[in-house]
Amino acid sequence: MGAINAHFVPALDGVAYGLLLFVAAAGLTLLFGIGGVLNIAHGTLFALGGYLAATVSNGSWASAFLGLAVATVGGTLGGAVLAAGTLPLADRGHLPQALLTFGLSLVGGDILSTVYGGDQHPVVIPNSVNGTVHIFGHVYPTYRLMFIVVASVLALAGTYVLGRTRAGSLLRAAADDRDMVGAMGYAPWRVHAALCGAAGALAGLAGGLGAPIIGPGPDTADKVLMLSMVVIVLGKPGSVVGAFLAAIAVGEIETLGVSISSNWAPYLLFGLMTVALVVRTFRGSSASAGAAVGAHA
Amino acid sequence: MTAPTVPTDSPDSPDSADPAGSNVSEATASGSGSGSGSGSGSGSAVATLLASPRVRAGVPSVVLAAFLLIAPSSFDGYGISLLSKALALGVLAVSVSVLAGYSGLPTMGQAAPFLVGAYTAGVLGTHGHTIGVVQLLCGTLVAAAFAAATGLVAIRTRGVAFLMTTLALGELTVTAAGEWRSLTGGTDGMYGIPPVQPLPGMATLNSDRNVYWYVLGATTVIVAIVWRVLRSPVGKLLLACRDHEARMRSAGHPVTRYQWLAYVAAGALAGFGGVLMCTVNQYVSPDDGSFSNSALVLLAVVLGGATSPLGALLGAGLIVATRDWLAGPFPGHGPLLLGLMFIIAVYAFPDGVAGIRFQALRVPRVLKRRGGSA
Repeated sequence: MGAINAHFVPALDGVAYGLLLFVAAAGLTLLFGIGGVLNIAHGTLFALGGYLAATVSNGSWASAFLGLAVATVGGTLGGAVLAAGTLPLADRGHLPQALLTFGLSLVGGDILSTVYGGDQHPVVIPNSVNGTVHIFGHVYPTYRLMFIVVASVLALAGTYVLGRTRAGSLLRAAADDRDMVGAMGYAPWRVHAALCGAAGALAGLAGGLGAPIIGPGPDTADKVLMLSMVVIVLGKPGSVVGAFLAAIAVGEIETLGVSISSNWAPYLLFGLMTVALVVRTFRGSSASAGAAVGAHA
Repeated sequence: MTAPTVPTDSPDSPDSADPAGSNVSEATASGSGSGSGSGSGSGSAVATLLASPRVRAGVPSVVLAAFLLIAPSSFDGYGISLLSKALALGVLAVSVSVLAGYSGLPTMGQAAPFLVGAYTAGVLGTHGHTIGVVQLLCGTLVAAAFAAATGLVAIRTRGVAFLMTTLALGELTVTAAGEWRSLTGGTDGMYGIPPVQPLPGMATLNSDRNVYWYVLGATTVIVAIVWRVLRSPVGKLLLACRDHEARMRSAGHPVTRYQWLAYVAAGALAGFGGVLMCTVNQYVSPDDGSFSNSALVLLAVVLGGATSPLGALLGAGLIVATRDWLAGPFPGHGPLLLGLMFIIAVYAFPDGVAGIRFQALRVPRVLKRRGGSA
């Protein structure tokens, strides 16, 4: 009981962190698994969302919602730039696209650091959720608890849209057979643009929502990109449920892992990732057909 | 089959990703056309000379060599040390082109053996072993041993899984370098590494210029070796394994062993580059092995044209020049220029910088766009 008590708060933090990573990685896994674009600029869009939300927020609820809206719109516009840039490269494979998105992330990161400087930008969160609550005898920040609820709702909504609506089935169809979706009368460039826009919106929203947890700063983009890549690879690209489980696992490793064994914590994430990748390759060499795995939502 | 379409007399055959046969014939045809059109005299002679694929392929190498030999006399100390850095990073880029271009294994963790080589040189240097050749040999061997061990894990995976496995191994290496304080000095890095003397009995390299000549010499030797090996049947085997893995396996080739050997060789090469980087900077820190370094070098190779060692060198040079030299008047905005360069390059040079070579003499690229699977 004592051990559980001692690790309760880190474990809950892990859930919050994992959910944040899930929202952050969802856009990346959609774009990579379905659109085939490995978007190195994803972390930059997240940071953009965070900066925008931090600029708008002043502690009132209205400013908080406005901040999220602005962050989402900013992310969507970034996604539109991405769509326009990657469309001409569609039949040239992964690496030229990675080269382009890496270029975009460098340019975007430079603009962000010029506008916002090299400091962390704290987000002013509404007073009513700025305190702490008691759960099972532990003190816990209210905002994080609320974040867990909001992110869970987002995750459920996303899964519903992708798995149960017409737009979602269109995206899943595009992952399986782009040409067939084109033959059904949907212009491929529109599907691609919608995908990039949605991925950008998700990244921006995650940045705005997660700003109080991973505050926007000069390291944010790289950190979020790296963790998101770990999440989508562990959860298999394109799979939303897989990304969800992987995100929670990574969140727990980054919080619970540190509190249980701080000596080994630096090695845990990438060590486990290596093991997972190699074990999976040994077990399912038949499933190694390629990156464009369908969305098994 | 790849072999029949690759003309054996064409020196740039391993350099082009698309069917080289058609390229060369088209280029020759258009080259001679422009020669006859330009009339008589020396212009025609030059055009005829340039129409020969062998000569044309050699031109960029000659230009690069001339630049590397002449540049130091007109550069200041900072410029020369940047040039040395570009060469060390270029060796790393060549190692990535061996893996990503020739073996079809895009790596995001090649800065790890680079870091191992750099630390080996740093440890040797601070313990009084300042002979350059000894450092190069030891760094290369230790990095090869490191790659031999990590390769057993990495080589099992393919495609994106390989990319991410190498990324994870690279991050683990950087973490280990930061934690192993007694050997590496931790995240502060290892500084005050003494300058090297190239061979026993030679003078210590105490100026940027001397370091540059030493690094240039070492780079030339190692790149010449790589170039020779890749032009031998070894290069053809790697390309065949990349393009027709199943066929090579059924023909009895131990493909996994070839790729493991390529991984070890590339690791050794990266270690060689790391030793040179240590010699230039006289400082090593875990940052040298960071993810962004690996990604930058991978993209340098894409920029240069994936299967061209020369292109890899040029790509690394372009990156250092853009980030550290061109950005000089705009302090702190190196990333912006670098990003713009990547964005322009991806549209302007679909085949990489090495693919440019005298395009003027060729059929315009628009007329022969490559299909998705062809």
